[in-house]
Amino acid sequence: MSPLVALYVRELRLSVRIGGSALMGVLFYLIVVTIFPFAIGPDLNLLSRLGPAILWIGALLATLLGLDRLFEADRDDGALDLMVASGRSLELLVIVKVAAHWTATGLPLVVAAPFLSLLLAMPGDVTLATLATLLVGTPALTLLGAIGAGLTVSLRRGGLLLPILVLPFAVPVLIFGVAAANAVAFDPAAFRTPFLLIVALTLTAAAISPIATAAALRNGLD
Amino acid sequence: MFYWEGMPFAPETPVIQPFKPFRLVVEALSVDRGGRRVLEDIDCELAGGDAVLVTGPNGVGKSTLLRALAGLGRPAKGSARFLADGIADPEDVGRHIHYLGHRDAVKPALTVGENLTFWQDFLGAEGGAPVDAALDAVGLADLEALPAAYLSAGQRRRLAIARLIAVRRPLWLLDEPTAALDVASEANLLRLMTGHLERGGAIVAATHLALGLAGARPLRLVAEEVV
Repeated sequence: MSPLVALYVRELRLSVRIGGSALMGVLFYLIVVTIFPFAIGPDLNLLSRLGPAILWIGALLATLLGLDRLFEADRDDGALDLMVASGRSLELLVIVKVAAHWTATGLPLVVAAPFLSLLLAMPGDVTLATLATLLVGTPALTLLGAIGAGLTVSLRRGGLLLPILVLPFAVPVLIFGVAAANAVAFDPAAFRTPFLLIVALTLTAAAISPIATAAALRNGLD
Repeated sequence: MFYWEGMPFAPETPVIQPFKPFRLVVEALSVDRGGRRVLEDIDCELAGGDAVLVTGPNGVGKSTLLRALAGLGRPAKGSARFLADGIADPEDVGRHIHYLGHRDAVKPALTVGENLTFWQDFLGAEGGAPVDAALDAVGLADLEALPAAYLSAGQRRRLAIARLIAVRRPLWLLDEPTAALDVASEANLLRLMTGHLERGGAIVAATHLALGLAGARPLRLVAEEVV
């Protein structure tokens, strides 16, 4: 098995076994989204209008949940030392770890979103649009979070600092994600622009995050 | 049945081909940690078949030296270079070394076999011993399917040592390799190290125990006087 494939498989295995973050994230998402109707009340019109925003905020929080362990677990048991010492490109390694983390935690959120949209009485076309924005937008959240995880890896209790560092940068993704999904309800033609902007944000994050994260990890090794 | 700690080890080491001649040249290596110079102008040269034992009191920089050789953290000045035929970038020492640090890089959620297989795949399986043979050489063959969470500290250490022979690397950097090992495992590690030297590999080990390695050169680090 090639080194990067082996790393991907290992990350997936770890995230579905005991102590992994795959199931945690999606359960947390379920709970956050379920709590909103209790707070807002049984006004179906209001709920369905707020639906995309609720699904996006839930996804954002659930993504942040497991991110602090992205590099910390490997640092604690010395695996990160071996990976860095191995002489393989740290940037590639970050890409693979982020891809595996998104597959294990981000993708289940996207898959769960249509079921949760039923709880919020969202119409079909808005649900589909939200699903599309989550699919292209959640990788950006994981990529941005990786930079925060890299920066906080050498800190004890860095888990609290991570959301504070990352959330401000996630705001644009949130804005355009919700805007695109809401646009469908009023004017389907207005979906395209905010949707393409999320795609652009994800691609930008994919270009910057591996380099920034690898630099942060190298710096934190000392 | 639980009978692992006293279990006799498999008598033979898996067949690994000899290494081509190489040299590790360390010149004026200085390393800072936390704004303080920990290592100053370390010079050292070793070739295939050499073993160097780094000794010195706690906190003198034994681990720091090994980490610097492994390419973890930038040296303040100086360099370590790996010289051999056909090496394009001698500064890239990382791909020729094994680094066995204080921490064993063993994931509790994976089985013993999965742990070792991952490192073999990640670091390169070419020329190394197969996973089951490597586990056999450290006496863990029967535990291959057991989650590593159930291993004792000594068994985790042995799993980390199995990595040394499952992945073929000419230079071993061992930081307190005998930590948590019992007497039988210590003797077994010594046998593996001797075998590595006979095949033309080299070892730099930081330890404050006499490892009893024949022909090992000492490199004694002395604490700088505080002015």
